[in-house]
Order: sequence, then C-alpha cells, then structure tokens
Amino acid sequence: MTAPLLTINDMSIIFTSPDEPDIEAVRQVDLTLTPGKTLALVGESGCGKSVTARAVLRLLDRNADIRTGEILFEGEGGKVDIARLKPDSDAMRAIRGAQVSMIFQEPMSSLSPVHTIGDQIDEIIILHERLTPRQARERTIALLDQVGVPGARERANAYPFELSGGLRQRAMIAMALACTPKLLIADEPTTALDVTTQAQILDLLRQLQDDYGMAMLFITHDLGVVAEIADEIAVMYLGDVVEQGDVFDVFRAPRHPYTQALMNSVPRLQRKAERERLSPIKGNVPSPKDRPQGCAFTSRCPFAFEPCADTRPARTSLPGDHVARCHLLTRTRAEAMA
Amino acid sequence: MLRFITTRLVAMVLTLWAVSFVAFAIIQLPPGDYLTTYMATLASNGDRVDPAQIDALRRQYGFGEPYIVQYWKWITGILTRGDFGQSFEWKAPVTTLIWGRLGNSILVEGLAVIVMWTIALPIGIYVAVKKYSLGDYLATIGGFIGLAIPNFLLALLLMYLSFVWFGTTIGGLFSPAYENAHWSIPRLMDFLSRAWAPVLVLATAGTAELIRILRANLLDELKKPYVTTARAKGLPEWKVILKYPVRVALNPLVSTIGWLLPALVSSSVIVSVVLNLPTAGPLLLRSLTSQDMYLAGAIIMLLGVLTVIGTLISDLLLAWIDPRIRYGSK
Repeated sequence: MTAPLLTINDMSIIFTSPDEPDIEAVRQVDLTLTPGKTLALVGESGCGKSVTARAVLRLLDRNADIRTGEILFEGEGGKVDIARLKPDSDAMRAIRGAQVSMIFQEPMSSLSPVHTIGDQIDEIIILHERLTPRQARERTIALLDQVGVPGARERANAYPFELSGGLRQRAMIAMALACTPKLLIADEPTTALDVTTQAQILDLLRQLQDDYGMAMLFITHDLGVVAEIADEIAVMYLGDVVEQGDVFDVFRAPRHPYTQALMNSVPRLQRKAERERLSPIKGNVPSPKDRPQGCAFTSRCPFAFEPCADTRPARTSLPGDHVARCHLLTRTRAEAMA
Repeated sequence: MLRFITTRLVAMVLTLWAVSFVAFAIIQLPPGDYLTTYMATLASNGDRVDPAQIDALRRQYGFGEPYIVQYWKWITGILTRGDFGQSFEWKAPVTTLIWGRLGNSILVEGLAVIVMWTIALPIGIYVAVKKYSLGDYLATIGGFIGLAIPNFLLALLLMYLSFVWFGTTIGGLFSPAYENAHWSIPRLMDFLSRAWAPVLVLATAGTAELIRILRANLLDELKKPYVTTARAKGLPEWKVILKYPVRVALNPLVSTIGWLLPALVSSSVIVSVVLNLPTAGPLLLRSLTSQDMYLAGAIIMLLGVLTVIGTLISDLLLAWIDPRIRYGSK
C-alpha cells in the first residue's frame, strides 16, 4: 500500500459568533488520501463536507477554528501539519494552488467576472512557477486545450460570462491543474451542470488523474457520481465521518446504519412491475446543537440501543481498508467473543 | 466598442437639446422679467423710471415675443456664434463673464473630487476588510461627523481657526497680486495656499459618503466565491483583495463620477459665498435672484453639458473596467 498523501486525524472545527453559542460544524473527521486515488466524501447538505475540504486549504472564514486534530500533508518540503499553519502564512500559500488546489461548485461565481479566464489562469502559473507572462499564457493555452476547451487560444481571452457552464468548469479545472498539484479537491464540481456535461466533466477528471497521478478529494451528495469516479468513499453525517472504505466494499456491504439507509434511498432503474417504493431515512437531520453526545445518527437510527446516545463509537476496522464508527459492530464482536 | 460610443454620443446630443429647452423654460418661469426687477430696484431707491425707455429696452431684448421665438434666437446664437447673449446686470456679454468662473469651479471641484477619492479609497477598503475593528468604528464615527457638519459651518470654522492660529484670513482663490496674472509657479503656489481650505471643505461630506458606499459594496463582494478561488491560488491576501473584490466593488462608484461635478457646483454655492470664491455657484445664485436670464440660462446650460460629459466619461470608464457592460451593448 502506498504511503498516504494526506491524513486527517480527529479534526473538529468550531464556528464562533459573538451573539450565538458556538457551533461545532465538524466534530470528528478522519480521512486518508492516497496518491492516484479518488476519495469521495459523501453526505447530506450541511454535514460538514465543504467545511472539511476548505479546512485542508485553510480557506475557512475567520470565525472558524480548527479546535482539535491534525491535517498531515506529505508536501514537497516534507510532512507538515496544515492545521498548525497560519492561513495567510507563506508556508500555507506555497501549498495552495501549487500542491493542493481546488475546484468549486459554481463555475460562474467562482471565476472573477471582470478578468479573462486566461488572465486568471496565467496568474497562478506566474505566482508559483515564476514564468514570464508570455510563457505563462502558452502554458495556459496548452492547459485549456488539454481540458477540452475548443479554440483555446481565442477562448483564453474570453470572459467567464461568454462561456457555457461546462466550458467554465473546464477552465476552472485547467486553473486548478496549472501547477500540477499533488491533491485536487473538487467541491461538488458537477452539481451546477446538466447531466450530459456532468458526465463529460467526470470523464475529464478521471482521465486527468490518470495523466497526472494526483490524489483527489471529491465532495458530492450524489451516489451515482460516487460510483462513477471514486476509488474510496467516506460517509459523513452531521460533522462525523461514520464510515470509510473501498467504494465496492462500502457499496456492497455498508456497515453503518446511516450508510445503509443512504444506499436504500437511491432509486434503481427497474421494470415497472418490480419497482418498489423508495425508503427515505426517517426524521430530519438535527441541528448541530441538538446533536447527541454519542453517535450523531442515534435520533434517526432504527437499531439504536443503550450506549449510542451517550458514548461516541470507536473506529472499528473491518476486513479490507474499511472502517466504521458504530456500536453495533463492537457489540456483535463482543457477542461473538462471548 | 465604437458602436457603444456612437449610441452614447447620439443620446448625449439629444439630452443636451432637452436640457437647453428646459433650462430656458425654467429661467422664464418666474413672473416678470429682468426689467421688472430692475424697475423695482430703481423705484425702491427713489429713482424715477422713464416708461418709454423701458419699453425700448423691452423691445430690444425681445421680451414681448413668444417663448419659442426667444428660445430659437438664443439657441441659434449659441450654436452659430458661440454667443450666449448679454448679461443685463453686468452689462457685458455672458461669455466674458462665465469662462473664468466656470474654470475656477472645475479646478476647485475637480481637486475636491481627487482628494475625496484618494482619502476614501484606502479607508473604505480598510474598514471593509477589518469590519467591526477599532479602525472601522473610528472611520464610521469620523464619517458620520463629516456627513453631519454642514459645509458652510466647516468653512466658517476653518476661517476662524486659521485666523486664530496662523493670523491669516482664508478666502478667495488668489491674492490680489495674482488675481489676473497668467499661470506661473508663484501663482500656482499662491493658489494652493488658498485653495486647500475650500477643497477640504467640499471634499469632507463626499469622502464620508464614498467610504460608506465602498464599504458596503466591498462587504458584499468579499463574500463571493471568486474571492475564495483567488485565495485558493495562493495569492497573498492584499493582492487577492485589491485585484478581485475591490475591482468589482468600484463599478457602481465609477458610474457616479458623472454626477459629482454638477452636484458639487450646486452644493458649493454657500461655501463659495462664505469663502468668497470666484466660482460659478455664486454667479448663478445672483443671476437667478435678479432674473438675469441669459446669464442664468448659460450657466444652467453649461452645467448640463458638464453633467452629460461627466456621464459619458463615467460610462466609458465603466465599459473599460467592466467587460459585462462592454459586451452587453453589442
């Protein structure tokens, strides 16, 4: 097994506000990213996926605080704990864009409306590789060409509003890959696109990953997209990573009740006679301030029993690289031992 | 871009025509005319007026004719001969009266605009980035004081203080020695030694307002995703802010440059009276009270021209800095 590129251990992120109680948006995140592999981070809206991703680049707002845990990154200059770096420090900025880069959800609002896309891509190349503007532009054109922007030389002089959503997202990807990063974080890059464009962008990302050998952290709430692109999957619920493992293992045999419920809520294409009703997950996601002390899923879990509400389940290793946090797993094991 | 400019130019000419028509109508609105005011003044001084002489004057100036005919004479005079008519009160052609005054106005108020932007820009950016910091609160308090103090009061205060502290009176734009001299280094120094006070007075309220607007605009822009993108590239924070959100936040401000000049001219009347400045404001006020219609008409007309040119300039600037406008007009 290759050495991990990025390891997040027991990270919690707390948002403070002067007139409200603190909110623990991320309570317990453990993630491991391997070079050349894609990890899909899955969960409902507001479960802390994006916050986790932004924490890796230290792009969180000033009122967010990484209270505990570490983000260990195997960078060019050796291992660094990103959680300990200052957000605007030279060390952090040397990582951003050069070693870890990010693609955002909304390609329109994530590109500056008043600068050409060429200008916005040149900038990152000039910043990290110290090329002349002319050399940078040549590289930009090559990149745009590589991500499948037709007429790259002319399109480099276009403004974002002159391009379609798919082309904008391609430009965004070209920008993220400009300095050949080791890790690409994609925060719902296909959510704002229509389905055919979505498939093209996923193909492109997979192909680029083969070319560059980078690790990818792919955030989505769409299990179809996960099946399409991911090697590994991590499932988040209300600030906790509840299960992580190989995508086939997890899809075939989800071990955490939340993951199981999530799989059951996906519609399958079946003949009319065989169709079943979807089984949605009971109840609603509680707000982080009503979160149970123990497992966050307790309030909606059909199997909840007495330790769930108060004791946080431990990380249980399962066959393969599969881990989950659920009391059921330790109980069955304890019963088997008895 | 060429088409953009052409449409703006055509619109500009039409606007100016409308402005001239309305301006001429407005100066004729008050009952009576210059001669009635003139007679009233003479009568109040106890002088006797010869009605025959008044009638002759009235015919000479064409006061009895219908509005359209008077307007036609006035506008053709301006367009063909550059002749804005006679000032009754000053007994001189309007053109000789207003150019110097208008020049002074543009000079002083242009300087005020420059001062306004140079002060407001860095402060506005600072207070938006450091929202709710001590500096933000200080700037807010200072800004509200600047907005709340009437300009003429500030002018009086400056006059008083400069007299008490430096023993000099500020007022006017030039010392008598340089009043009618040609521009030279000593005259420029003389001008600057006097002009700082009116420029400062005129700039205060505008600066405070500009800081508030820039702060609000920038606070909106700082939250936009493209700022995060710029940060994710690894740019230093100051560069992120100056290159992206500030650039976008300036758009609405640039579009107001056009109105600044006329707004300053009309708001500076009282300050100009207090500080005894030879600018266009007091001249306009005088001509309106004495119904010196051609003089008033010329000033209003030229202010209109300034506004329209200012708007054109700000439109062009806006099209230059914001591609969405440039391409939207295709």
